[in-house]
Amino acid sequence: MSRETTPPPGDSSADAKIRVEDLHKSFGDHVVLDGIDFVVNSGEALVIVGPSGTGKSVLLKHLIGLLQPDSGRVIVDGQDLWSMDHLERVRFRKKFGMSFQEGALFDSMSVYDNIAFPLRRSGMKPAQVRERVEECLELVQLPDIAAKRPSELSGGMRRRVGFARAIAHKPEILLFDEPNTGLDPIMTDTIAEVILGIRRQLRATIVTITHHIPSARKIGDRLALLSGGHILFEGTPDDFMKSPDPAVRQFVEGRAAGPLTGEIQTLRRNFREAR
Amino acid sequence: MIQRPLEAVGKVVLHLLEETGRFFIMLGRILFWSPRPPYDVREHFRQMQRVGVDSIPVVFLTMLFTGMVLALQAYNGFARFNATSLVGSVVTLSLMRELSPVLSALMVTGRVGSSMAAEIGSMRVTEQIDALEALATEPVQYLFVPRVFATVLMMPLLVVMGDVIGMVGGYFVAVKLLGTNSVAYYESQFQYLDMVDFTSGIIKAAVFGLILSVVACVRGFYTVGGAEGVGRSTTRAVVVASLTILLVDFFLTRLLF
Repeated sequence: MSRETTPPPGDSSADAKIRVEDLHKSFGDHVVLDGIDFVVNSGEALVIVGPSGTGKSVLLKHLIGLLQPDSGRVIVDGQDLWSMDHLERVRFRKKFGMSFQEGALFDSMSVYDNIAFPLRRSGMKPAQVRERVEECLELVQLPDIAAKRPSELSGGMRRRVGFARAIAHKPEILLFDEPNTGLDPIMTDTIAEVILGIRRQLRATIVTITHHIPSARKIGDRLALLSGGHILFEGTPDDFMKSPDPAVRQFVEGRAAGPLTGEIQTLRRNFREAR
Repeated sequence: MIQRPLEAVGKVVLHLLEETGRFFIMLGRILFWSPRPPYDVREHFRQMQRVGVDSIPVVFLTMLFTGMVLALQAYNGFARFNATSLVGSVVTLSLMRELSPVLSALMVTGRVGSSMAAEIGSMRVTEQIDALEALATEPVQYLFVPRVFATVLMMPLLVVMGDVIGMVGGYFVAVKLLGTNSVAYYESQFQYLDMVDFTSGIIKAAVFGLILSVVACVRGFYTVGGAEGVGRSTTRAVVVASLTILLVDFFLTRLLF
Protein backbone atom coordinates (compact mmCIF):
# COMPACT_ATOMS: atom_id res chain seq x y z
CA MET A 1 0.00 0.00 0.00
CA SER A 2 1.09 3.56 -0.56
CA ARG A 3 2.59 5.43 2.31
CA GLU A 4 2.26 9.14 2.94
CA THR A 5 5.66 10.59 3.69
CA THR A 6 5.89 13.71 5.78
CA PRO A 7 8.82 16.03 5.25
CA PRO A 8 11.30 16.07 8.14
CA PRO A 9 10.99 18.95 10.62
CA GLY A 10 12.58 22.12 9.35
CA ASP A 11 12.37 21.00 5.75
CA SER A 12 11.87 24.05 3.58
CA SER A 13 10.43 21.91 0.80
CA ALA A 14 6.96 21.32 2.25
CA ASP A 15 5.61 22.64 -1.09
CA ALA A 16 7.66 20.05 -2.95
CA LYS A 17 5.92 18.38 -5.89
CA ILE A 18 8.85 16.08 -6.50
CA ARG A 19 11.48 15.24 -3.93
CA VAL A 20 14.45 13.03 -4.79
CA GLU A 21 16.46 11.69 -1.86
CA ASP A 22 19.88 10.07 -2.10
CA LEU A 23 19.13 8.32 -5.39
CA HIS A 24 21.55 5.63 -6.49
CA LYS A 25 21.45 3.62 -9.69
CA SER A 26 23.99 1.35 -11.33
CA PHE A 27 23.83 -0.86 -14.41
CA GLY A 28 26.20 -3.74 -13.70
CA ASP A 29 29.46 -2.15 -12.56
CA HIS A 30 28.63 1.17 -14.16
CA VAL A 31 27.50 3.70 -11.55
CA VAL A 32 25.10 6.15 -13.23
CA LEU A 33 23.51 8.01 -10.33
CA ASP A 34 25.55 8.26 -7.16
CA GLY A 35 23.49 10.03 -4.52
CA ILE A 36 21.16 12.54 -6.16
CA ASP A 37 19.12 14.94 -4.01
CA PHE A 38 16.86 17.68 -5.30
CA VAL A 39 13.42 19.16 -4.96
CA VAL A 40 11.05 20.55 -7.57
CA ASN A 41 8.36 22.79 -6.15
CA SER A 42 4.81 22.91 -7.37
CA GLY A 43 4.53 24.91 -10.61
CA GLU A 44 8.30 25.26 -10.93
CA ALA A 45 10.34 24.50 -14.06
CA LEU A 46 13.61 22.73 -13.39
CA VAL A 47 16.04 22.12 -16.22
CA ILE A 48 18.69 19.45 -15.78
CA VAL A 49 21.69 20.01 -18.02
CA GLY A 50 24.82 17.97 -18.44
CA PRO A 51 27.07 16.27 -20.98
CA SER A 52 25.73 13.35 -23.01
CA GLY A 53 25.84 9.96 -21.33
CA THR A 54 25.76 11.26 -17.76
CA GLY A 55 22.44 9.63 -16.89
CA LYS A 56 20.05 12.54 -17.39
CA SER A 57 17.45 10.34 -19.08
CA VAL A 58 17.97 7.66 -16.43
CA LEU A 59 17.25 10.28 -13.77
CA LEU A 60 14.10 11.43 -15.59
CA LYS A 61 12.83 7.85 -15.88
CA HIS A 62 13.24 7.50 -12.11
CA LEU A 63 10.96 10.50 -11.54
CA ILE A 64 8.02 8.75 -13.22
CA GLY A 65 8.87 5.31 -11.84
CA LEU A 66 9.94 3.72 -15.13
CA LEU A 67 13.18 2.72 -13.44
CA GLN A 68 13.55 1.51 -9.88
CA PRO A 69 16.40 3.04 -7.87
CA ASP A 70 18.98 0.76 -6.26
CA SER A 71 18.55 2.89 -3.15
CA GLY A 72 17.05 6.26 -2.27
CA ARG A 73 13.55 7.59 -2.76
CA VAL A 74 11.47 9.50 -5.28
CA ILE A 75 8.57 11.22 -3.54
CA VAL A 76 5.83 12.79 -5.63
CA ASP A 77 2.99 14.66 -3.93
CA GLY A 78 4.15 13.19 -0.64
CA GLN A 79 4.01 9.60 -1.87
CA ASP A 80 7.03 7.38 -2.31
CA LEU A 81 6.76 5.85 -5.81
CA TRP A 82 8.30 2.58 -4.72
CA SER A 83 6.27 2.00 -1.59
CA MET A 84 3.16 1.75 -3.77
CA ASP A 85 2.15 -1.56 -5.29
CA HIS A 86 2.47 -1.99 -9.06
CA LEU A 87 -1.19 -1.28 -9.84
CA GLU A 88 -1.17 1.93 -7.79
CA ARG A 89 2.02 3.09 -9.47
CA VAL A 90 0.53 2.52 -12.95
CA ARG A 91 -2.52 4.64 -12.00
CA PHE A 92 -0.37 7.24 -10.23
CA ARG A 93 1.38 7.94 -13.54
CA LYS A 94 -1.75 9.76 -14.73
CA LYS A 95 -0.32 12.75 -12.86
CA PHE A 96 2.56 12.73 -15.33
CA GLY A 97 3.05 13.56 -18.96
CA MET A 98 6.36 12.63 -20.51
CA SER A 99 7.83 13.39 -23.90
CA PHE A 100 10.66 11.23 -25.16
CA GLN A 101 13.85 12.01 -27.07
CA GLU A 102 12.66 10.95 -30.52
CA GLY A 103 8.98 11.41 -29.73
CA ALA A 104 8.37 7.66 -29.16
CA LEU A 105 5.13 7.95 -31.11
CA PHE A 106 3.19 4.73 -31.68
CA ASP A 107 4.01 4.10 -35.32
CA SER A 108 1.04 1.80 -35.83
CA MET A 109 -1.31 4.76 -35.24
CA SER A 110 -2.01 8.12 -36.87
CA VAL A 111 -1.05 11.39 -35.14
CA TYR A 112 -4.70 11.77 -34.07
CA ASP A 113 -4.83 8.30 -32.50
CA ASN A 114 -1.50 8.90 -30.75
CA ILE A 115 -2.81 12.01 -29.02
CA ALA A 116 -6.23 10.46 -28.40
CA PHE A 117 -4.63 7.38 -26.81
CA PRO A 118 -4.53 8.51 -23.14
CA LEU A 119 -7.96 10.14 -23.50
CA ARG A 120 -9.65 7.03 -24.88
CA ARG A 121 -7.96 4.88 -22.23
CA SER A 122 -9.50 7.07 -19.55
CA GLY A 123 -12.96 6.58 -21.10
CA MET A 124 -13.49 10.06 -22.59
CA LYS A 125 -16.34 10.43 -25.12
CA PRO A 126 -15.34 10.64 -28.85
CA ALA A 127 -16.59 14.23 -29.28
CA GLN A 128 -14.56 15.43 -26.28
CA VAL A 129 -11.54 13.46 -27.51
CA ARG A 130 -11.74 15.21 -30.89
CA GLU A 131 -11.99 18.61 -29.24
CA ARG A 132 -9.05 17.97 -26.91
CA VAL A 133 -6.83 16.54 -29.67
CA GLU A 134 -7.45 19.64 -31.79
CA GLU A 135 -6.67 21.87 -28.79
CA CYS A 136 -3.40 20.06 -28.15
CA LEU A 137 -2.33 20.24 -31.80
CA GLU A 138 -3.04 23.99 -31.79
CA LEU A 139 -0.95 24.37 -28.67
CA VAL A 140 2.08 22.69 -30.29
CA GLN A 141 1.53 24.75 -33.46
CA LEU A 142 0.69 21.79 -35.71
CA PRO A 143 -2.99 22.19 -36.54
CA ASP A 144 -3.33 20.21 -39.79
CA ILE A 145 -1.49 16.96 -39.36
CA ALA A 146 -3.96 14.78 -37.43
CA ALA A 147 -4.35 12.26 -40.25
CA LYS A 148 -0.63 11.80 -40.89
CA ARG A 149 1.45 8.82 -39.78
CA PRO A 150 4.48 9.39 -37.50
CA SER A 151 6.78 8.17 -40.30
CA GLU A 152 5.64 11.09 -42.48
CA LEU A 153 6.75 13.72 -39.93
CA SER A 154 10.05 15.57 -39.51
CA GLY A 155 12.06 15.28 -36.27
CA GLY A 156 10.74 18.57 -34.89
CA MET A 157 7.15 17.67 -35.73
CA ARG A 158 7.48 14.26 -34.08
CA ARG A 159 8.73 15.89 -30.86
CA ARG A 160 5.83 18.33 -30.86
CA VAL A 161 3.28 15.57 -31.46
CA GLY A 162 4.98 13.79 -28.53
CA PHE A 163 4.35 16.95 -26.45
CA ALA A 164 0.71 17.03 -27.58
CA ARG A 165 0.28 13.40 -26.50
CA ALA A 166 2.00 14.09 -23.16
CA ILE A 167 -0.27 17.04 -22.32
CA ALA A 168 -3.54 15.61 -23.70
CA HIS A 169 -4.79 14.35 -20.31
CA LYS A 170 -3.78 17.64 -18.57
CA PRO A 171 -1.09 16.21 -16.29
CA GLU A 172 0.19 17.99 -13.19
CA ILE A 173 3.82 17.16 -13.93
CA LEU A 174 5.53 17.32 -17.30
CA LEU A 175 8.83 15.65 -18.10
CA PHE A 176 10.69 16.55 -21.31
CA ASP A 177 13.58 14.30 -22.31
CA GLU A 178 15.98 16.19 -24.60
CA PRO A 179 13.16 17.98 -26.46
CA ASN A 180 15.43 19.83 -28.89
CA THR A 181 18.45 17.59 -29.44
CA GLY A 182 19.45 17.21 -33.08
CA LEU A 183 17.17 19.95 -34.43
CA ASP A 184 18.06 23.06 -36.42
CA PRO A 185 18.49 26.31 -34.41
CA ILE A 186 15.10 27.72 -35.43
CA MET A 187 13.24 24.54 -34.53
CA THR A 188 15.24 24.34 -31.28
CA ASP A 189 13.89 27.76 -30.30
CA THR A 190 10.39 26.91 -31.55
CA ILE A 191 10.40 23.90 -29.24
CA ALA A 192 11.42 26.09 -26.28
CA GLU A 193 8.59 28.50 -27.14
CA VAL A 194 6.11 25.61 -27.34
CA ILE A 195 7.21 24.40 -23.90
CA LEU A 196 6.73 27.91 -22.52
CA GLY A 197 3.26 28.03 -24.08
CA ILE A 198 2.36 24.69 -22.55
CA ARG A 199 3.61 25.91 -19.20
CA ARG A 200 1.50 29.04 -19.35
CA GLN A 201 -1.62 27.06 -20.18
CA LEU A 202 -1.23 24.02 -17.93
CA ARG A 203 0.55 25.61 -14.97
CA ALA A 204 2.24 22.26 -14.54
CA THR A 205 5.44 21.39 -12.71
CA ILE A 206 8.06 20.82 -15.39
CA VAL A 207 11.35 18.94 -15.44
CA THR A 208 13.28 19.23 -18.70
CA ILE A 209 16.50 17.64 -19.73
CA THR A 210 18.66 19.28 -22.34
CA HIS A 211 22.22 20.21 -23.15
CA HIS A 212 21.21 23.31 -25.04
CA ILE A 213 22.01 26.23 -22.74
CA PRO A 214 19.91 28.99 -24.42
CA SER A 215 16.80 26.77 -24.27
CA ALA A 216 17.57 25.81 -20.68
CA ARG A 217 17.76 29.52 -19.71
CA LYS A 218 14.53 30.25 -21.52
CA ILE A 219 12.51 27.38 -20.05
CA GLY A 220 13.93 26.99 -16.55
CA ASP A 221 13.33 28.73 -13.23
CA ARG A 222 16.25 26.71 -11.96
CA LEU A 223 19.10 24.86 -13.64
CA ALA A 224 20.92 21.82 -12.28
CA LEU A 225 24.14 20.44 -13.72
CA LEU A 226 24.37 16.65 -13.63
CA SER A 227 27.68 14.93 -14.17
CA GLY A 228 29.54 11.93 -12.81
CA GLY A 229 26.39 10.73 -11.05
CA HIS A 230 26.05 13.91 -8.98
CA ILE A 231 24.28 17.23 -9.16
CA LEU A 232 27.32 19.51 -9.29
CA PHE A 233 25.46 22.81 -9.37
CA GLU A 234 21.92 24.02 -8.75
CA GLY A 235 20.66 27.61 -9.08
CA THR A 236 18.82 30.18 -11.17
CA PRO A 237 19.78 30.57 -14.85
CA ASP A 238 21.62 33.81 -14.00
CA ASP A 239 23.56 32.17 -11.16
CA PHE A 240 24.39 29.34 -13.53
CA MET A 241 25.75 31.64 -16.21
CA LYS A 242 27.79 33.67 -13.70
CA SER A 243 29.01 30.74 -11.62
CA PRO A 244 32.81 30.50 -11.30
CA ASP A 245 32.51 26.74 -10.71
CA PRO A 246 34.97 25.12 -13.18
CA ALA A 247 32.48 22.38 -14.17
CA VAL A 248 29.76 24.93 -14.92
CA ARG A 249 32.26 27.14 -16.80
CA GLN A 250 33.39 24.20 -18.93
CA PHE A 251 29.79 23.33 -19.81
CA VAL A 252 28.72 26.92 -20.52
CA GLU A 253 31.80 27.66 -22.62
CA GLY A 254 31.68 24.27 -24.33
CA ARG A 255 35.32 23.34 -23.76
CA ALA A 256 36.54 19.80 -24.44
CA ALA A 257 39.03 19.84 -21.54
CA GLY A 258 37.97 20.39 -17.97
CA PRO A 259 36.54 18.75 -14.90
CA LEU A 260 33.47 17.33 -16.70
CA THR A 261 35.54 15.31 -19.12
CA GLY A 262 38.90 14.61 -17.51
CA GLU A 263 38.44 14.83 -13.81
CA ILE A 264 35.25 12.98 -13.09
CA GLN A 265 36.92 10.55 -10.72
CA THR A 266 38.43 13.42 -8.71
CA LEU A 267 35.07 15.15 -8.55
CA ARG A 268 33.44 12.01 -7.31
CA ARG A 269 36.09 11.55 -4.62
CA ASN A 270 35.81 15.19 -3.50
CA PHE A 271 32.07 14.90 -3.37
CA ARG A 272 32.25 11.81 -1.17
CA GLU A 273 34.74 13.45 1.17
CA ALA A 274 32.63 16.59 1.41
CA ARG A 275 29.65 14.51 2.48
CA MET B 1 41.34 -27.58 -17.05
CA ILE B 2 37.89 -28.74 -16.06
CA GLN B 3 36.79 -25.26 -15.02
CA ARG B 4 36.09 -23.92 -18.49
CA PRO B 5 33.66 -26.64 -19.68
CA LEU B 6 31.92 -26.49 -16.31
CA GLU B 7 31.59 -22.73 -16.67
CA ALA B 8 30.07 -23.18 -20.11
CA VAL B 9 27.58 -25.75 -18.83
CA GLY B 10 26.73 -23.49 -15.91
CA LYS B 11 26.16 -20.58 -18.25
CA VAL B 12 23.77 -22.59 -20.42
CA VAL B 13 21.86 -23.87 -17.38
CA LEU B 14 21.58 -20.37 -15.91
CA HIS B 15 20.40 -19.03 -19.26
CA LEU B 16 17.78 -21.77 -19.55
CA LEU B 17 16.57 -21.08 -16.02
CA GLU B 18 16.42 -17.36 -16.74
CA GLU B 19 14.38 -17.87 -19.91
CA THR B 20 12.02 -20.30 -18.17
CA GLY B 21 11.63 -17.91 -15.25
CA ARG B 22 10.86 -15.00 -17.57
CA PHE B 23 8.30 -17.13 -19.42
CA PHE B 24 6.38 -18.03 -16.26
CA ILE B 25 6.65 -14.55 -14.73
CA MET B 26 5.26 -13.07 -17.95
CA LEU B 27 2.51 -15.70 -18.02
CA GLY B 28 1.61 -14.75 -14.45
CA ARG B 29 1.53 -11.05 -15.34
CA ILE B 30 -0.65 -11.75 -18.39
CA LEU B 31 -3.11 -13.71 -16.23
CA PHE B 32 -3.04 -10.92 -13.61
CA TRP B 33 -3.83 -8.19 -16.15
CA SER B 34 -6.27 -9.99 -18.43
CA PRO B 35 -9.45 -9.58 -16.32
CA ARG B 36 -8.74 -5.92 -15.54
CA PRO B 37 -10.42 -3.02 -17.39
CA PRO B 38 -10.15 -1.17 -19.72
CA TYR B 39 -10.86 -3.87 -22.35
CA ASP B 40 -9.62 -2.96 -25.78
CA VAL B 41 -12.05 -5.04 -27.86
CA ARG B 42 -10.87 -3.53 -31.15
CA GLU B 43 -7.27 -4.53 -30.44
CA HIS B 44 -8.39 -8.09 -29.57
CA PHE B 45 -10.17 -8.41 -32.92
CA ARG B 46 -7.23 -6.86 -34.76
CA GLN B 47 -4.89 -9.45 -33.27
CA MET B 48 -7.32 -12.29 -33.98
CA GLN B 49 -7.36 -11.26 -37.60
CA ARG B 50 -3.58 -10.98 -37.69
CA VAL B 51 -2.96 -14.35 -36.03
CA GLY B 52 -5.95 -16.28 -37.36
CA VAL B 53 -7.34 -14.95 -40.62
CA ASP B 54 -3.99 -13.85 -42.04
CA SER B 55 -2.45 -17.26 -41.27
CA ILE B 56 -5.11 -19.18 -43.20
CA PRO B 57 -3.18 -19.31 -46.53
CA VAL B 58 0.06 -20.59 -44.97
CA VAL B 59 -1.68 -23.21 -42.81
CA PHE B 60 -3.92 -24.18 -45.74
CA LEU B 61 -0.99 -24.89 -48.06
CA THR B 62 1.10 -26.58 -45.38
CA MET B 63 -1.66 -28.97 -44.39
CA LEU B 64 -2.84 -29.61 -47.95
CA PHE B 65 0.58 -30.81 -49.02
CA THR B 66 1.19 -32.63 -45.75
CA GLY B 67 -2.05 -34.59 -46.24
CA MET B 68 -1.13 -35.30 -49.84
CA VAL B 69 2.40 -36.50 -49.13
CA LEU B 70 1.20 -38.51 -46.15
CA ALA B 71 -1.32 -40.40 -48.31
CA LEU B 72 1.34 -40.95 -50.97
CA GLN B 73 3.91 -42.28 -48.50
CA ALA B 74 1.41 -44.41 -46.58
CA TYR B 75 0.04 -45.91 -49.79
CA ASN B 76 3.49 -46.83 -51.10
CA GLY B 77 4.51 -48.33 -47.78
CA PHE B 78 1.28 -50.17 -47.04
CA ALA B 79 1.04 -51.58 -50.56
CA ARG B 80 4.05 -53.75 -49.68
CA PHE B 81 1.95 -55.82 -47.28
CA ASN B 82 -1.48 -55.33 -48.81
CA ALA B 83 -2.75 -52.94 -46.20
CA THR B 84 -3.76 -50.00 -48.44
CA SER B 85 -7.23 -50.06 -46.89
CA LEU B 86 -5.64 -48.51 -43.78
CA VAL B 87 -4.22 -45.47 -45.59
CA GLY B 88 -7.25 -43.28 -44.81
CA SER B 89 -7.06 -44.09 -41.08
CA VAL B 90 -3.32 -43.46 -40.90
CA VAL B 91 -3.63 -40.12 -42.68
CA THR B 92 -6.47 -38.91 -40.46
CA LEU B 93 -4.95 -40.10 -37.18
CA SER B 94 -1.52 -38.67 -37.98
CA LEU B 95 -3.01 -35.36 -39.02
CA MET B 96 -5.34 -34.88 -36.10
CA ARG B 97 -3.12 -36.15 -33.33
CA GLU B 98 0.23 -34.83 -34.44
CA LEU B 99 0.93 -33.20 -37.76
CA SER B 100 -1.78 -30.61 -37.95
CA PRO B 101 -1.17 -29.07 -34.48
CA VAL B 102 2.64 -29.27 -34.66
CA LEU B 103 3.14 -28.11 -38.24
CA SER B 104 0.51 -25.37 -37.95
CA ALA B 105 2.14 -24.17 -34.71
CA LEU B 106 5.58 -24.12 -36.35
CA MET B 107 4.27 -22.21 -39.36
CA VAL B 108 2.42 -19.71 -37.16
CA THR B 109 5.58 -19.32 -35.05
CA GLY B 110 7.52 -18.40 -38.18
CA ARG B 111 4.84 -16.05 -39.45
CA VAL B 112 3.25 -14.51 -36.37
CA GLY B 113 5.71 -15.21 -33.52
CA SER B 114 8.55 -13.57 -35.42
CA SER B 115 6.51 -10.50 -36.30
CA MET B 116 5.26 -10.16 -32.70
CA ALA B 117 8.81 -10.32 -31.34
CA ALA B 118 10.05 -7.84 -33.96
CA GLU B 119 7.18 -5.43 -33.38
CA ILE B 120 7.44 -5.46 -29.59
CA GLY B 121 11.25 -5.39 -29.79
CA SER B 122 11.28 -2.30 -31.98
CA MET B 123 8.71 -0.67 -29.70
CA ARG B 124 11.12 -1.34 -26.84
CA VAL B 125 14.20 0.13 -28.54
CA THR B 126 12.31 3.23 -29.76
CA GLU B 127 10.96 3.87 -26.23
CA GLN B 128 7.35 3.24 -27.30
CA ILE B 129 6.96 0.78 -24.42
CA ASP B 130 8.27 3.39 -21.99
CA ALA B 131 5.80 5.84 -23.56
CA LEU B 132 2.95 3.40 -22.90
CA GLU B 133 3.97 3.13 -19.26
CA ALA B 134 4.33 6.91 -19.01
CA LEU B 135 0.73 7.17 -20.27
CA ALA B 136 -0.40 5.08 -17.28
CA THR B 137 -0.91 2.03 -19.51
CA GLU B 138 0.51 -1.33 -18.55
CA PRO B 139 2.26 -2.78 -21.64
CA VAL B 140 1.47 -6.32 -20.52
CA GLN B 141 -2.24 -5.48 -20.54
CA TYR B 142 -2.30 -3.39 -23.70
CA LEU B 143 0.16 -5.30 -25.88
CA PHE B 144 0.48 -8.85 -24.62
CA VAL B 145 -2.98 -9.83 -23.36
CA PRO B 146 -4.68 -9.35 -26.78
CA ARG B 147 -1.83 -11.12 -28.60
CA VAL B 148 -1.74 -14.13 -26.30
CA PHE B 149 -5.53 -14.46 -26.18
CA ALA B 150 -5.82 -14.17 -29.94
CA THR B 151 -3.18 -16.84 -30.49
CA VAL B 152 -4.62 -19.27 -27.92
CA LEU B 153 -8.07 -18.85 -29.47
CA MET B 154 -7.05 -18.89 -33.13
CA MET B 155 -4.59 -21.79 -33.08
CA PRO B 156 -7.27 -24.45 -32.41
CA LEU B 157 -9.43 -22.99 -35.19
CA LEU B 158 -6.50 -23.06 -37.60
CA VAL B 159 -5.83 -26.65 -36.59
CA VAL B 160 -9.46 -27.69 -37.23
CA MET B 161 -9.11 -26.14 -40.67
CA GLY B 162 -5.74 -27.88 -41.09
CA ASP B 163 -7.31 -31.25 -40.18
CA VAL B 164 -9.99 -30.87 -42.83
CA ILE B 165 -7.66 -29.56 -45.52
CA GLY B 166 -5.11 -32.32 -44.81
CA MET B 167 -7.84 -34.94 -45.11
CA VAL B 168 -9.01 -33.43 -48.39
CA GLY B 169 -5.41 -33.52 -49.66
CA GLY B 170 -5.04 -37.17 -48.62
CA TYR B 171 -8.36 -38.06 -50.23
CA PHE B 172 -7.36 -36.35 -53.48
CA VAL B 173 -4.07 -38.26 -53.73
CA ALA B 174 -5.47 -41.64 -52.65
CA VAL B 175 -8.62 -41.53 -54.77
CA LYS B 176 -7.82 -39.35 -57.76
CA LEU B 177 -4.12 -40.08 -58.17
CA LEU B 178 -3.70 -43.62 -56.87
CA GLY B 179 -7.13 -44.95 -57.79
CA THR B 180 -8.32 -46.15 -54.36
CA ASN B 181 -12.05 -46.73 -54.09
CA SER B 182 -13.55 -43.44 -52.97
CA VAL B 183 -16.25 -44.86 -50.64
CA ALA B 184 -13.82 -47.29 -49.02
CA TYR B 185 -11.24 -44.52 -48.50
CA TYR B 186 -13.82 -42.11 -47.14
CA GLU B 187 -15.02 -44.65 -44.60
CA SER B 188 -11.53 -45.75 -43.63
CA GLN B 189 -10.73 -42.17 -42.65
CA PHE B 190 -13.12 -42.39 -39.72
CA GLN B 191 -12.88 -46.13 -39.07
CA TYR B 192 -10.49 -46.02 -36.11
CA LEU B 193 -11.05 -42.41 -35.15
CA ASP B 194 -11.88 -41.51 -31.56
CA MET B 195 -13.09 -38.21 -30.18
CA VAL B 196 -9.89 -37.95 -28.13
CA ASP B 197 -7.82 -37.93 -31.35
CA PHE B 198 -9.56 -34.73 -32.34
CA THR B 199 -9.68 -33.07 -28.91
CA SER B 200 -6.05 -33.84 -28.11
CA GLY B 201 -5.04 -32.00 -31.27
CA ILE B 202 -7.14 -29.03 -30.23
CA ILE B 203 -5.63 -28.99 -26.73
CA LYS B 204 -2.16 -29.18 -28.22
CA ALA B 205 -2.96 -26.30 -30.56
CA ALA B 206 -4.08 -24.06 -27.69
CA VAL B 207 -0.96 -24.92 -25.62
CA PHE B 208 1.34 -24.32 -28.60
CA GLY B 209 -0.43 -21.00 -29.23
CA LEU B 210 0.23 -20.01 -25.63
CA ILE B 211 3.89 -20.99 -25.87
CA LEU B 212 4.61 -19.23 -29.15
CA SER B 213 2.86 -15.99 -28.21
CA VAL B 214 4.30 -15.71 -24.69
CA VAL B 215 7.82 -16.53 -25.94
CA ALA B 216 7.49 -13.87 -28.67
CA CYS B 217 6.25 -11.29 -26.15
CA VAL B 218 9.04 -12.09 -23.67
CA ARG B 219 11.75 -11.92 -26.33
CA GLY B 220 10.39 -8.66 -27.69
CA PHE B 221 9.99 -7.13 -24.24
CA TYR B 222 13.58 -7.83 -23.18
CA THR B 223 15.13 -6.57 -26.43
CA VAL B 224 18.27 -4.47 -26.03
CA GLY B 225 20.63 -2.94 -28.56
CA GLY B 226 18.83 -1.22 -31.43
CA ALA B 227 18.09 -2.79 -34.80
CA GLU B 228 20.59 -5.59 -34.25
CA GLY B 229 18.91 -6.44 -30.95
CA VAL B 230 15.52 -6.59 -32.66
CA GLY B 231 16.92 -9.04 -35.21
CA ARG B 232 18.43 -11.16 -32.45
CA SER B 233 15.18 -11.20 -30.49
CA THR B 234 13.19 -12.22 -33.55
CA THR B 235 15.48 -15.13 -34.37
CA ARG B 236 15.60 -16.24 -30.76
CA ALA B 237 11.82 -16.07 -30.41
CA VAL B 238 11.35 -18.39 -33.40
CA VAL B 239 14.07 -20.83 -32.30
CA VAL B 240 13.02 -20.97 -28.64
CA ALA B 241 9.31 -21.24 -29.43
CA SER B 242 9.82 -23.95 -32.09
CA LEU B 243 12.05 -26.08 -29.87
CA THR B 244 9.74 -25.65 -26.88
CA ILE B 245 6.74 -26.67 -29.00
CA LEU B 246 8.51 -29.87 -30.12
CA LEU B 247 9.58 -30.64 -26.56
CA VAL B 248 6.18 -29.96 -25.04
CA ASP B 249 4.54 -31.97 -27.83
CA PHE B 250 6.27 -35.11 -26.60
CA PHE B 251 5.16 -34.63 -22.99
CA LEU B 252 1.64 -33.63 -23.99
CA THR B 253 1.32 -36.75 -26.14
CA ARG B 254 2.46 -38.86 -23.18
CA LEU B 255 -0.06 -37.09 -20.98
CA LEU B 256 -3.03 -37.14 -23.34
CA PHE B 257 -2.92 -40.81 -24.47
